[in-house]
Amino acid sequence: MVDQTHAPASEAPEAPAVAPMNMIQALNSAIDVKMAEDPNVLSFGEDAGYFGGVFRVTDKLQEKHGLTRSFDAPISECGIVAAAIGMGAYGIRPVVEIQFADYIYPAYDQIVSEAAKMRYRSGGQFTSPITIRSPYGGGIFGGQTHSQSPEALFTHIAGLKVVIPSNPYDAKGLLTAAIEDDDPVVFFEPKRLYNGPFDGWHQNPVSPWKTQELAQVPTGKYSIPLGKARVMREGNDVTVLAYGSMVWVSLAGADHAGVDAEVIDLRSLVPLDIETIEASVKKTGRCVIVHEAPKTSGYGGELSALVQERCFYHLEAPVTRVAGWDTPYPHAFEWEYFPGPQRVSDALKSVMAGGR
Amino acid sequence: MTRNTKPLSLRVPEPSGRPGDTPDFSHLKLDVAGAVDRPPVDARPVQMLDLAFRLVRVLDDEGTAVGPWNPRLDAETLKKGLKAMILTRAFDDRMHRAHRQGKTSFYMKCTGEEAIAVAQGMILSREDMGFPTYRQQGLLIARGYPLVEMMNQIYSNASDPIKGRQLPIMYSAKDYGFFTISGNLGTQVPQAVGWAMASAYKGDDKIAISWIGDGATAEGDFHNALTFAAVYRAPVILNVVNNQWAISSFQGIAGGMETTFASKAIGYGLPALRVDGNDFLAVWAATQWAEERARSNQGATVIELFTYRGAPHSTSDDPSRYRPGDEHEKWPLGDPIVRLKQHLIALGEWSDEQQAEAEADAVEQVRAAGKASEAIGTLGQSRPSVKTMFEDVFATDDWRLTEQRREVGV
Ligand SMILES: Cc1ncc(C[n+]2csc(CCOP(=O)(O)OP(=O)(O)O)c2C)c(N)n1
Repeated sequence: MVDQTHAPASEAPEAPAVAPMNMIQALNSAIDVKMAEDPNVLSFGEDAGYFGGVFRVTDKLQEKHGLTRSFDAPISECGIVAAAIGMGAYGIRPVVEIQFADYIYPAYDQIVSEAAKMRYRSGGQFTSPITIRSPYGGGIFGGQTHSQSPEALFTHIAGLKVVIPSNPYDAKGLLTAAIEDDDPVVFFEPKRLYNGPFDGWHQNPVSPWKTQELAQVPTGKYSIPLGKARVMREGNDVTVLAYGSMVWVSLAGADHAGVDAEVIDLRSLVPLDIETIEASVKKTGRCVIVHEAPKTSGYGGELSALVQERCFYHLEAPVTRVAGWDTPYPHAFEWEYFPGPQRVSDALKSVMAGGR
Repeated sequence: MTRNTKPLSLRVPEPSGRPGDTPDFSHLKLDVAGAVDRPPVDARPVQMLDLAFRLVRVLDDEGTAVGPWNPRLDAETLKKGLKAMILTRAFDDRMHRAHRQGKTSFYMKCTGEEAIAVAQGMILSREDMGFPTYRQQGLLIARGYPLVEMMNQIYSNASDPIKGRQLPIMYSAKDYGFFTISGNLGTQVPQAVGWAMASAYKGDDKIAISWIGDGATAEGDFHNALTFAAVYRAPVILNVVNNQWAISSFQGIAGGMETTFASKAIGYGLPALRVDGNDFLAVWAATQWAEERARSNQGATVIELFTYRGAPHSTSDDPSRYRPGDEHEKWPLGDPIVRLKQHLIALGEWSDEQQAEAEADAVEQVRAAGKASEAIGTLGQSRPSVKTMFEDVFATDDWRLTEQRREVGV
């Protein structure tokens, strides 16, 4: 804390410590603050420079920090990530944007075989302190190639961290931690939440972030350690594990079911806050896992196995998953595909009925 | 229904010779030494398009250095280069034998290509970063990296500097400007560009240099690298080592029959040089040209180093199954060690006796290093603590790895 009594009288009045922000603004603020603080932080990606990215997450960064610090990149995801890896080896901390998570596959080899393995394979001589940001997830009528949730592909890879925020406050704190992290971080941004929390009832409008407490974001620097989950709502009957937009869907689903659910926002999948999960499931005796990604080999499978390994004798009902279907993301059937609160509610009720 | 037109046919490129055939290099268009112009270092790429199709050569058949690319090196530098090449070959021979003796699982020689990594390793400094593939051992050797450390890596023994984690020959030596080698072909090239971009961004004076094989130029990474290098004018030297073969596939399978690998640079607006890779002086001169360009902020150069892979691809390969057995001996550009030796002798700076002495000395150096490394242990006889298997995955501890390490009992 700054000791105000000793502050020189001539100092300009401080900027407001907290401001309402949506998730885009909060992410922008995280990069902005880090760039201001550390000349080694660069930000680049397709349309990410002059225009500030198609979702405007990097808006005005070029104007504020200069052309060589926030710039446009060729449409070459492999090139973007590879260049970032080379920069990281030099000592730079690049924050790169993959315009949509669906386009991360051309960069997959560079992320998986290179960034993830750099520290290990070089015996610690070279590291890859890079952050790969990408909007992900559905619910925006993006069709197959603008809606995917590929997080599980990265959680499977040794050496990668995978972070997914669900609100502006966390988004800024987690992105700051990701940029400062000495390992490669894949940072997925639930684009459905960019402009407001979304309860998953598709007929409901997105409510603006400004009505939410979690949209009160410090303008200065702060970070949230990776690997600490947030208990969004305490409850006693069932634990819901979720991340990204599914956090809000889960809250809506619990309301709809009228169940006393403890809803946990994992915030980061790797590292994973196993302690919070374990304590909660041992308390409630039930667990429902919710994610947008297809069910088969999704991260829910891993969570389910962990809960079973660690909490089996505390369980009152089978661990249950609510997930995307094992089909490509269908444009016209988005609302049949998107796991909404109704499905969460059904799962909660069935888990409650399945007590032993 | 197809139209009533002549049937189409598929062309699959084939090399000029297969096992049992007489080697035939008559299709190669080889400029004589000294024939190719040397453009000024600030030449615009369009002013030097022909260099992507010619062949820069300095040493003629008599071992005399001729023409505008002659780097006029002093005798000491030439001798240093020759000795490093001799040592590289002696190292390769010993480690190849070590594999045959079951001391390691794998080895890859660079026979016939020694001039490339040695000359380039000598020109650039250790502060610059090399992004090598697996045939640039000469770079470490030219820079005096301890042979015993290289062997420790190859044996994955208790003193392996990268803790038994990588396939033999996949060194990592940051202090020697040698980036960690990847088993995935081509990935290092756009990384080299990124590294060079970072140096330029910081206003430093370091440059990067990368190598890729002719076969691996078909990977997207190579083309992405050229785009980035051109767009951001990265201070990097991008080498394509065209040693004619990618395991059993000849260079035509990567597109080498349609055009030269150097010419791939043209579409990106990058300058291209095509160089006799078996000519130490030509490699030196071309690299120096590219280096000067990079250091004076004029960006990247693509260099195709035209050479021949004399040895098998690796210890797992038998080239007599896919190419004429004596093709290597017939390679019209000769042997890089013999050619440099001949040059030094022509200068009156060297003799057959000195050559024999240098070879014996190299064998002795390798033997001594071999003894020291084998005393620590060969593959399976000695290795780092199993505990290290769980280290360096992340910078900080991860509960999964801690639990798994306990499960292994270490
Ligand atoms: C991405 C990838 N694909 C395939 C391989 C297997 N592989 C290893 S070396 C090699 C041939 C490479 O040939 P070239 O690039 O010409 O280099 P050279 O071995 O001739 O030096 C292949 C196919 C690999 N290591 N990585």
